Amino acid sequence: MVSPKDVKCEQVWPEISNYLEGDVDPGLRAAMDEHFHTCQKCKAVLEGTRNVIQLYSDERMIEVPAGFGRRLERRLVQGARVRSRGWSTWSAWLVPVAALVLIAGGVRIANSSTVAHPLQTEHAQPGRDIPPDMLVIVSTGAKDFHVPGCGVIHNKDTERTLTAKEAIHQGYVPCVRCMRRYLQTAEVERTALEIEADISPDSDDDGVRARR
Amino acid sequence: MAEPNLVLNNPGSDTTREQDVIARVQRGQTELFYELVRPYERRVFAAALAILRNETDAEDVAQEAMLKALANIRQFRAESRFSTWLIQITVNEALMRRRRERTVVMEGIDDRRDDEGEYTPRDFADWREIPSEALERKEVRQKLAEALATLDRKYREVFVLRDMEQLNIQETAEMLGISVASVKTRLLRARLMLRDLLAGGWERGWFSRLPFEKGSKPW
Repeated sequence: MVSPKDVKCEQVWPEISNYLEGDVDPGLRAAMDEHFHTCQKCKAVLEGTRNVIQLYSDERMIEVPAGFGRRLERRLVQGARVRSRGWSTWSAWLVPVAALVLIAGGVRIANSSTVAHPLQTEHAQPGRDIPPDMLVIVSTGAKDFHVPGCGVIHNKDTERTLTAKEAIHQGYVPCVRCMRRYLQTAEVERTALEIEADISPDSDDDGVRARR
Repeated sequence: MAEPNLVLNNPGSDTTREQDVIARVQRGQTELFYELVRPYERRVFAAALAILRNETDAEDVAQEAMLKALANIRQFRAESRFSTWLIQITVNEALMRRRRERTVVMEGIDDRRDDEGEYTPRDFADWREIPSEALERKEVRQKLAEALATLDRKYREVFVLRDMEQLNIQETAEMLGISVASVKTRLLRARLMLRDLLAGGWERGWFSRLPFEKGSKPW
């Protein structure tokens, strides 16, 4: 226990801050309380210090430059947009990439398995709504069939004409250039849209994440 | 969708509401973020200014810090106060800026002095209280700000974080990377020095020069 008589001014000053924090032990606190009753000098130091804390802790003491809030808001809005754009950029890349991965996976499956995949590369598509009796051109060493006059027919000296039904039966696939209108591009587009819709913006901080 | 005109003017009075908005921002409603930080924007600026002592740099750092807070909002955990989290990011950003720009060289000599050694108050005249109402006057605020600006960096930083930002001693120590004992020592010195500065100013009559009506007290 500290006796008030034992406390000198030089011992009080170093503890004034802790006293105001409520961070002195009860014995010292009681001794300091007593000292402040009898010592005007230390009381003046205590009151002044308390006043300083009270003044500077006032919200009005924190002043910001004119327009600070407006500029901060603008910067944050821009920052939020950039993050959003970053996401859009990623998703814009992800959609075709994801579609290609899906398609490539389909090709691998088609090449390594006897199970036909409904969606393959454009080159491997059987086509859709091709008139079975449509006359098409095939050539030796090529895998595509063409409409007559197509500019990408290889080995023209081995050309032969047959119906589309026959060409398909023999394993030929529609030319991606001249038979484009019959290819299942709609299927590819639909799949890409499905992938896009399934990608969540609820991603981690630095990138994006697909749910599947 | 975002709620229009969402205002959080009174932090602390509605912690649940603040937590709800934080959760929404964490889920991607980033347009709400400014409303979330607006109640603390002044404190964020003050923290940056205490470290950098330059308003332009402090504002830039405050903006950068808030952008970082937005980018890392998912890392915020409710066990700490949101305001403390924002100030922590700001202090880190300001300290990094100062290290990068080596401004410490400009005022670093004094920082090498030992914290130990007692500070003796200079002015023992009866303290004439400066009431809070006086802060309505820009001149008074300006004088107090000038007094604070005269403190050495290490005292100013601790004082601002503890007494102006209302962080506790432990938080102040952690943010500045110093011991609790150092915080207490620096805080004591900062408070006593400010008291002396303001008491001296008072005696020299800087309040009396303010444009108050003749014969009346300013408060």
